[in-house]
Amino acid sequence: MSEITFRIYRFEAGKDASPRYDEYKLALEEGDTLLKCLNTIRGAQDGTLAYRMSCGSAICGSCAMRANGHALLACKTQAAGLVKNGVIQLDPLGNFPVIRDLVVDLEPFWSSLRKVSPWLQPNLADEPARERLQTPAQFQLIDDVTTCILCASCWSDCNVLEVDKKFLGPATLAKAHRFIFDTRDAKGRERMEKITEPNGLWDCTHCGECSTRCPTETKPLARIEETREAVMMAGITNSPGARHALGFRESMRWFGALNENYLPVRSVGFFNIPGLLGIMPVGLRMMLKRKAPPMFPHWIDKVGEVKRIFKRFHELRKNVGGAGTKTDGDD
Amino acid sequence: MALQYAFFTGCVAKGAGRELLTSTNLVCKKLGIELFEMEDAACCGAGVGGEDNVMVSDTVNARTFALAEERGMDIMNICVTCQGVHKKAQARLAKEPGYMARVNDVLKSETGREYKGQAKVRHFAKILIEDYGLDKLKALVVKPLGELKAAAFYGCYSVRPHEYSDLKNPDDPDEMERILEAIGAKTVNYPGRLKCCGFPIIMMNKQNSLTLSGSVIRSAKESGADCLVTQCPLCHLNMDAYQPEIDETLRMPVVHIQQLIGLALGYTAEQMGMNTHIISASGALASI
Repeated sequence: MSEITFRIYRFEAGKDASPRYDEYKLALEEGDTLLKCLNTIRGAQDGTLAYRMSCGSAICGSCAMRANGHALLACKTQAAGLVKNGVIQLDPLGNFPVIRDLVVDLEPFWSSLRKVSPWLQPNLADEPARERLQTPAQFQLIDDVTTCILCASCWSDCNVLEVDKKFLGPATLAKAHRFIFDTRDAKGRERMEKITEPNGLWDCTHCGECSTRCPTETKPLARIEETREAVMMAGITNSPGARHALGFRESMRWFGALNENYLPVRSVGFFNIPGLLGIMPVGLRMMLKRKAPPMFPHWIDKVGEVKRIFKRFHELRKNVGGAGTKTDGDD
Repeated sequence: MALQYAFFTGCVAKGAGRELLTSTNLVCKKLGIELFEMEDAACCGAGVGGEDNVMVSDTVNARTFALAEERGMDIMNICVTCQGVHKKAQARLAKEPGYMARVNDVLKSETGREYKGQAKVRHFAKILIEDYGLDKLKALVVKPLGELKAAAFYGCYSVRPHEYSDLKNPDDPDEMERILEAIGAKTVNYPGRLKCCGFPIIMMNKQNSLTLSGSVIRSAKESGADCLVTQCPLCHLNMDAYQPEIDETLRMPVVHIQQLIGLALGYTAEQMGMNTHIISASGALASI
């Protein structure tokens, strides 16, 4: 195979004033993983190049880095598929301070994970004689999320973390899901209340980077969506995010369409004066440009069909629900 | 025979983004694409309406697909959020036949309709490339946008997660650029083009939301763009309507891709609703 160029980020914290890129030429062989290429470069061309690696089998999560701007596992990715105009550019994971070259300081990731108590907290007063059993169906609920290898690829490419380091982040929210949905855990409600505080569950934009970069079946965005559903089912709805979801559902059920005048007010809170004042400027700007939504709501044709669908699900939920069944906002 | 589609306008194109609906209708008229507006279709939920029960949202969307099937047409979306939500709903329904059957049970008993899994959902841009053809579009251009440097902004739902994307190479797409080049515009490659605009959290965390959109706008500006071009009215709202709150000095016009196509096809800026944007595009358009 032809020779390609690896353009690799070089920087040593505390020593270098700014990062640079070094270039290395390497002839790719069929089936070469990115990690094998890095090992060859370090072994034969530059022993000072720093990166993490361990298992080489996509289990330990150590060799996560960015190739051509996107996070991946170097051991799980064939280099040939990454070549763009004869070049592969490698950078350290995003959203972390760099220690040296492709090695980042993962402390923000670990400290975020610690915030959700990532261990099983069963009801100790109800200690079984033998182990705590699960049925296959119960395990199915956490089957995907337990494949997380804590590689931090999701964290690297998360759009929200780029602008707010206080955000809990996708891996942490997925880890919270792992215990909220574990039938052996007794702290589900506390866990849900904790992650619905500001900078948590409702701050995710659904941008989808986390699930796209995740090398396992964890797929954090899907877990975030499931957790939001569980939180709403449990009636934990006193947050702008939950009110937004309720308002959206109400608007769909009443009109069959989104009512853009009602939803912002419902999300902010009807009696939240500072919040309501905060949304006024955009409303005024839009009015001045004749862009404001019509004052009178728009009903879709045959809206009765949509109302009946919502009513049917409300009845189904009442029948199958228990203490956690949410009724807030329903007819 | 003319191309015909069941036209799902989405809610914003009938509310705060009416210029998107006007420009789409006029552009399709000029192209000879027949649109049958789905006045009876419900809101897709925008990924929010189903957050307390995804099956409700999937059933409401299955009804929309059934309505298109009854008309014997595929669906055309003009919002990538509607498109992404519809695509995800279809994927969930197709993946598990048991789930599809349960959804259809409710649909049949409450509305008498059934989703058969036949109606395709696609965005206007995809239809323009796949069904209409960019060569045909190019042949109709009467006013090429020669000096305009346009920065395409794709919108999250069109690119991620990859399994639901309609783009050929979601990590490095060129579909929007190909359309813009077909109407004679110059395109700008800039770091923010696949990023999130922040709209979904504008009500939850305005500061983060506007920092995200500000970062995209600055990225386009630093790359020399005259305007940002969107294919989702929600991205448009966050980057246009909120722009004065991000930084009054940015003054980066944000336009819908249909509006630029309309200008190239000979419509006036007023016909395309350019005067409704918060950030005036007249300076950028003066060059064409």
